[in-house]
Amino acid sequence: MSTLEIKDLHVSVDTEEGAKEILRGVTLTINSGETHAIMGPNGSGKSTLAYSIAGHPKYTVTSGSVTLDGEDVLEMSVDERARAGLFLAMQYPVEVPGVTVSNFLRTAKTAVDGEAPKLRHWVKDVKDAMGNLRMDPAFAERNVNEGFSGGEKKRHEILQMELLKPKMAVLDETDSGLDVDALRVVSEGVNRVKEGTDVGVLLITHYTRILRYITPDHVHVFVDGRIAEQGGAELADRLEAEGYDRFLPAGAGA
Amino acid sequence: MSLLTQTPTQGEHTHSAATMVPDASRAERVSSFDVAAFVVPTGREEEWRFTPVDRLGTFFRDEATGAHLDWTETLPEGVTTSTISVADWQALGVPTPQDRAAAVAAAHSGGVGVVDVPAEAELTEPVRIRLTGSEQDLVHGHLLVRVGRFAKATVVLEHTGVADYSEMLTVLTGDGADVTVVSVQEWDDRSHHLAQHDVVVGRDARVRHIAVTLGGGVVRVNTNASYAGPGGSFEGLGVYFSDAGQHLEHRLFVDHEAPHCRSNVEYKGALQGETARTVWVGDVLIRAAAEGTDTYELNRNLILTDGARADSVPNLEIETGEIEGAGHASATGRFDDEQLFYLMARGIREDEARRLVVRGFFASVVARIGVPEVQEHLMEAIERELAGEAAA
Ligand SMILES: Nc1ncnc2c1ncn2[C@@H]1O[C@H](COP(=O)(O)OP(=O)(O)OP(=O)(O)O)[C@@H](O)[C@H]1O
Ligand SMILES: [Mg+2]
Repeated sequence: MSTLEIKDLHVSVDTEEGAKEILRGVTLTINSGETHAIMGPNGSGKSTLAYSIAGHPKYTVTSGSVTLDGEDVLEMSVDERARAGLFLAMQYPVEVPGVTVSNFLRTAKTAVDGEAPKLRHWVKDVKDAMGNLRMDPAFAERNVNEGFSGGEKKRHEILQMELLKPKMAVLDETDSGLDVDALRVVSEGVNRVKEGTDVGVLLITHYTRILRYITPDHVHVFVDGRIAEQGGAELADRLEAEGYDRFLPAGAGA
Repeated sequence: MSLLTQTPTQGEHTHSAATMVPDASRAERVSSFDVAAFVVPTGREEEWRFTPVDRLGTFFRDEATGAHLDWTETLPEGVTTSTISVADWQALGVPTPQDRAAAVAAAHSGGVGVVDVPAEAELTEPVRIRLTGSEQDLVHGHLLVRVGRFAKATVVLEHTGVADYSEMLTVLTGDGADVTVVSVQEWDDRSHHLAQHDVVVGRDARVRHIAVTLGGGVVRVNTNASYAGPGGSFEGLGVYFSDAGQHLEHRLFVDHEAPHCRSNVEYKGALQGETARTVWVGDVLIRAAAEGTDTYELNRNLILTDGARADSVPNLEIETGEIEGAGHASATGRFDDEQLFYLMARGIREDEARRLVVRGFFASVVARIGVPEVQEHLMEAIERELAGEAAA
């Protein structure tokens, strides 16, 4: 049983006009096995929250805390966080030329587990996971994210989640850019990991449609760098019907 | 016909120099066997403007030194070595020296070391020539590699040790030959090496010239490709890694005079450490007669630390409209922190993540080398270079 605890988190980015505060006091607790959906309009700071948890150097935490089972996450380097059990499926996965998917996956698995996976099992695990995500085996020999379509990149992120078996996974708009079939395949992947490993999930999304496949225990509406409203799955239904308008200043639209 | 020019500019890329090319055409550059035809360079000349000529004074002196490098050879069956006079070498109709250092090397070498691969030989092992220096006296080296028609051969020249080495290498290839010449520069960092490599591609021959430059204080390899007849193909591949204090320069000149020939150039370099310096100049000239030419050249530089500087200057001159394709790309970028973040977010430690990214950067060109032992050695050497950074 693990707990990711975010308390009154304030985060800013450096801009040409100086530091700009984007997260303005986020408080959120996620336990193993729980799925929290964060929904919010463009620019509300959802990715900033995701990157701040993962430790992207672009974001500066000005106050607040993030702990995983009581350990100070903010003190950890990016790789330490991953080895501690945090995982971020990125909204815009990065291309790494010349590094094959298979080499990347094996290196990451070895790093996270602290030892190289047993070759025979590993080859089978990768093959099965790729099969489940309807990824052509040829992807293993392609370079990481290079020339992948939007949907292929997202499958590749979930493939990593399946293989690395994190304690807590932040999925940043894994649903965007997916057609219906891909959305189902990717959602099934997330559900498989949930069943198999009791992972806690922070599911960031702009739309409600992924919540038809992945049922959230909690829904948080994220507006202007903080949580504006919380509820259960029914809150997502309301957002579907009403949009974000009532959370936004008049005339802003979403 | 397609004409592509892509020159994305990021980070330390300098491209401004390209605008001050004084030559009306690359073809008009002085070239001669006569040393006196060339002035002693000051560094203001087009062909020397990137080179630290002040560190190379002895290379321009019009006199013999009598010094030589240690020569060790491994010759597959059928391959022979011999020596011919400079006059006999000239009489073969070889390309002429293109700068003063090359003219001096050719004039004062005292003789030309010849490697002969007979016609139709199919070598399964590379010819290997290891040249080692042990003192800083200036050495004029003069080599001729001759590969007969339809022969298939790989020749690996390795340079190590301490030396000031001025080199003239001529590679003559017969019709339909399939030749790979690899020149590896792994000198001690006190060493200086100026080289002119002339590659004459036979009719329908396929010739690959590969420069691997890792060690040396100043190394400058000028590779010139020309075609003895139609149907030839030239590939120029290069990998370099420059540390603090190193100046590594590669210049290519592909002279398309014969019709229906191809050329493809790919050089990739990494720089780390303040004052690390690299230069890449890729000149391609497609003359009026060279119809059906297909050419592409690419240079990419990866700057790993602040203070390093890479110059990259592609030049394409086209004198005929009847070509298959001509293009070039040149880009110099800093190490991509987003790639590093992505790998580290998967638990991979920073040093290993950096290694993956740099290996990945070189992977495409290394894979094209096609000589497994050279590829392996090179990857290991790159790992060592990167480890050197961690220690610094
Ligand atoms: N370097 C920066 N300079 C200025 N503003 C920035 C910078 N980085 C992020 N921002 C701003 O921070 C805000 C939050 O961005 P973030 O990417 O976290 O939003 P998001 O909720 O994930 O949006 P989306 O739904 O489009 O993914 C945006 O207004 C964005 O423009
Ligand atoms: Mg976002």
